[in-house]
Amino acid sequence: MTIAVQFTQVSRQFGEVKAVDRVSIDIQEGEFFSMLGPSGSGKTTCLRLIAGFEQPSAGSIRIHGAEAVGLAPYQRDVNTVFQDYALFPHMNVLDNIAYGLKVKGVGKTERRARAEEALGMVALGGYGARKPVQLSGGQRQRVALARALVNRPRVLLLDEPLGALDLKLREQMQSELKKLQRQLGITFIFVTHDQSEALSMSDRVAVFNKGRIEQVDTPRNLYMRPATSFVAEFVGTSNVLRGGLALELGGSERPLSIRPEHTRLAGSEALGGDEVEISGLLHDIQYQGAATRYEIRLDNGQNFCVSQANTQWGEGAALRSTGQRVTARWARAAMVALHDIAPGADA
Amino acid sequence: MQLALDTRTAAVGGPLRRLSSLLYRKPNLYLSLLLVPPLLWFGAIYLGSLLALLWQGFYTFDDFTMAVTPELTLANLGALFQPANYDIILRTLGMAVAVSLAAGLLAFPIAYYMARYTRGKTKAFFYIAVMLPMWASYIVKAYAWTLLLAKGGVAQWFVDHLGLAPLLQLVLGIPGIGGSTLSTSHLGRFLVFVYIWLPFMILPIQASLERLPPNLLQASADLGARPAQTFRQVILPLSIPGIAAGSIFTFSLTLGDFIVPQLVGPPGYFIGSMVYAQQGAIGNLPMAAAFTLVPIVLIAIYLSIVKRLGAFDAL
Repeated sequence: MTIAVQFTQVSRQFGEVKAVDRVSIDIQEGEFFSMLGPSGSGKTTCLRLIAGFEQPSAGSIRIHGAEAVGLAPYQRDVNTVFQDYALFPHMNVLDNIAYGLKVKGVGKTERRARAEEALGMVALGGYGARKPVQLSGGQRQRVALARALVNRPRVLLLDEPLGALDLKLREQMQSELKKLQRQLGITFIFVTHDQSEALSMSDRVAVFNKGRIEQVDTPRNLYMRPATSFVAEFVGTSNVLRGGLALELGGSERPLSIRPEHTRLAGSEALGGDEVEISGLLHDIQYQGAATRYEIRLDNGQNFCVSQANTQWGEGAALRSTGQRVTARWARAAMVALHDIAPGADA
Repeated sequence: MQLALDTRTAAVGGPLRRLSSLLYRKPNLYLSLLLVPPLLWFGAIYLGSLLALLWQGFYTFDDFTMAVTPELTLANLGALFQPANYDIILRTLGMAVAVSLAAGLLAFPIAYYMARYTRGKTKAFFYIAVMLPMWASYIVKAYAWTLLLAKGGVAQWFVDHLGLAPLLQLVLGIPGIGGSTLSTSHLGRFLVFVYIWLPFMILPIQASLERLPPNLLQASADLGARPAQTFRQVILPLSIPGIAAGSIFTFSLTLGDFIVPQLVGPPGYFIGSMVYAQQGAIGNLPMAAAFTLVPIVLIAIYLSIVKRLGAFDAL
């Protein structure tokens, strides 16, 4: 496999603020790669560095092996789907899509044919004559996608493209995007702050925090084996146990992460040999349909969350009440030891 | 029930409060109270007087008695097509087109810089710098320019010291542009017009560029367009409403002006100075009214051309 985009110790500083801080990533060709993180974590800046809208303050960016630092956006074989679509308001849909071909000097007939084809690919055949203002958000999104794909880029950059859509449409677009990516074999680099979106679509995910990458891994590893407490808490929810508790349950100073759904409230049965437990006061019960969440206040004052599937009618929430003393139990193997990066340290 | 009773008692408070709740309940009444006075003003004072004036264009002027009689005639409109009058119209039209083009070319870079590269204090500085000349009296500025452009004036001094005097003589020798000195040439008149109307071109273009989302330019570059292509395909089409608005100002202001043509440039009437002469010195109000119709018709034609070119599609 060849590397589509390679960051080597890339930094981008805006005045005093380090938006991107010594980031190194290898994004493989044909991969669906997500950049996940809260706002201001540097993920969008990384995308803009690949597109060429920003230039790095330090480091090297290679696109398909060629150094890209110093190249203008129009000199790069990448295309972007913008967060707010950035469709040209004075052109109709077909002209918007054909724009990239037009400025590269592709002839009118071929341009038209390829634009129509791209329009069909995003299921908007027949909408070519409309102006962007006459389209719904979801349709504009598809036009923006077709406008980028018609150029047959080797890398497609997507900047939170689904952020403005409502939930149903977003889920539909997620699976369509994933299907399109498999079908075309183009490298997709997808920026999002929505962890479930990143998990469900990506081959690999890079988790950003304060300009640094905390972990790059497959969705499954990211969730099951988070490297740092930030990843453990940002991707899904997690109980992170530190200090004395970590020492007692894990045998070392390293913080421990345990997912709420990997724990259960213990009944009267005996503790298994490969299990650990912790007890505290039950102070909140949230019925969530598929599962019930129990918030437990541990003796050291920390909150601990247990999530149990509501498998049978009558089981679960009805059996417990707040104020009770309860015990949470889980398999030792479900715990993950984290190694947090100290702030400012070299990874 | 209690709540409904409470709001009713609140409604019958003082007379002012009763009025305000009446206006609240009847939004159309509120709207018409707001709109009727300005609409009356606009309708009666602007359009009414303009129509009354144009109507006078159909009255008869007696050359002998110098009296206007309300007998309707098309003679005044017909007289516009006499060679002498037709020349005036063409001369004014040519100047208006030239001034609009030059103002557009000069204004665009300034407007672009203001809209895209300035922030805060710098932007305020540019606004003031553009509008400052408009604060000074128009006639004073026009007079000042007659001195600047006169023989022995500042412009002449610069030209001499730059060794461009022969070039200036050559330019002034071109018929239709030149004249004996800069201040009595068509070129000088053109310079003064461009100077006076430039702010009216800069501000609308600047406003249209201000509305242009920066990510459209990024999208264009991302799709492979070089900066020149982005300018032609995205920036220029989207700023055309601003250019059109600015050119309507420069075009119509030049068409109607009667002071600059008298102070700067060679002798010969412009539409504005012709209207002034007809109704002032001669007292031929019907002919003045007929001339007034010309800029209105020309601007209507200009607007329909601009519209046909698609200038307002992006609005």
